[in-house]
Amino acid sequence: MARGAKRLNIKVKTQKFRNPHKAMKALDRVIEKGTPVGMLTSVFYLPYLPSALRFHFNAHNIIVYGKENGHYLVSDPVMDHTTTISYDDLLRARFAKGYPSPSGRMYYPVELPKDLDLRKPIVKGMKWTANNIVRVPVPIFGIRGMRYVAKRIRQWPDKLGERKAILYLGNLIRMQEEIGTGGAGFRFIFAAFLQEAAQELQQEWLEDASKEMTGIGDQWRELAFAAGRICKNRAADGENFESIANMMKQQADLEQAFFTKLQNIQLR
Amino acid sequence: MRKDKVPQDDEKILEDKFKVVKYAVNQQGEYEKVPSVGWEPENVALKQVWDEINQDIEDACQKVNEGKLSPIAYFMKKNLMDEKLLAAHAGINRWFVKWHMRPGKFRKLRRKTLERYADVFKITVDDLWHMQEQET
Repeated sequence: MARGAKRLNIKVKTQKFRNPHKAMKALDRVIEKGTPVGMLTSVFYLPYLPSALRFHFNAHNIIVYGKENGHYLVSDPVMDHTTTISYDDLLRARFAKGYPSPSGRMYYPVELPKDLDLRKPIVKGMKWTANNIVRVPVPIFGIRGMRYVAKRIRQWPDKLGERKAILYLGNLIRMQEEIGTGGAGFRFIFAAFLQEAAQELQQEWLEDASKEMTGIGDQWRELAFAAGRICKNRAADGENFESIANMMKQQADLEQAFFTKLQNIQLR
Repeated sequence: MRKDKVPQDDEKILEDKFKVVKYAVNQQGEYEKVPSVGWEPENVALKQVWDEINQDIEDACQKVNEGKLSPIAYFMKKNLMDEKLLAAHAGINRWFVKWHMRPGKFRKLRRKTLERYADVFKITVDDLWHMQEQET
């Protein structure tokens, strides 16, 4: 977030608070001026979400853009329309405990640049993403992370027993589909971004890259689909933890090839 | 993912409150936001965790009824918390929280302490005492 703003030359103010009521007052002051405010909340304390999705997850970002009759107007990225939340509920969600603790963190733009040039920041952002996936030398991130998980999946049935292994697999599906907005662990959203970037930068090959990314996203969904069948004991022939691990490995290979290509993007 | 392939496997996970936004390609190959009510594997995975959680809650409930645990343990599970998280929310040291799980200790707690727990669980002290559930 901070990085994106800096690249776009937008000045963003970030605040965190110790006193919950002061935090709410500060929020009131900003939205009064008509500035939308982003903030960190805990999913568990957002009553407008269905109970089945409410876990203790403390890094959910929402945007508050106004106040009406004591209720705050909210735009939540997982929902297809806006909603409202009461003072008390929002306060609770902003000051949930646990890790990472939101401590009422909020952020809003203070100064926008007059002429917005998207081209440079797009290129920078792409390079950064690609680097993160392909080149981070720690084995739990990016493609090395995927390969690591693949290896672990193979061991699950022996190590944890049938029941737990299946639970772990279910968790994998949830992390991929639910947490990654837009499906397939952000892959589709990224493909959509590539498509827009192709227009903005006037670089045809990004269109193809977008299509390739969509393909990779589809593969991720295949993986989730197969995993779902295993969870329900309805696995097709030859589908087991081994085959999931192989799929995961294949994904790592595909993404390595893809992001290595993307790394070489240049402004023309 | 193609737009017409966006899954709509409704199992009332979202309680008809809203739809989830997915990104998908339309016939011209352009990306669009498409609302979806759910997807089979996601539903399966979700159901799985909730079964597990509900089992946990039931176990805790039984233990409380048998006099092995205090109601705090039950409400902790009900709120999907563990001792660490509960301790942080209540502002009570983790070791004390663990202690308060014992029925004998629980009965001797001061009202002030009970209120702290009740606040965290969004219930009244009476509810906490008698382990009644509240509709939220």
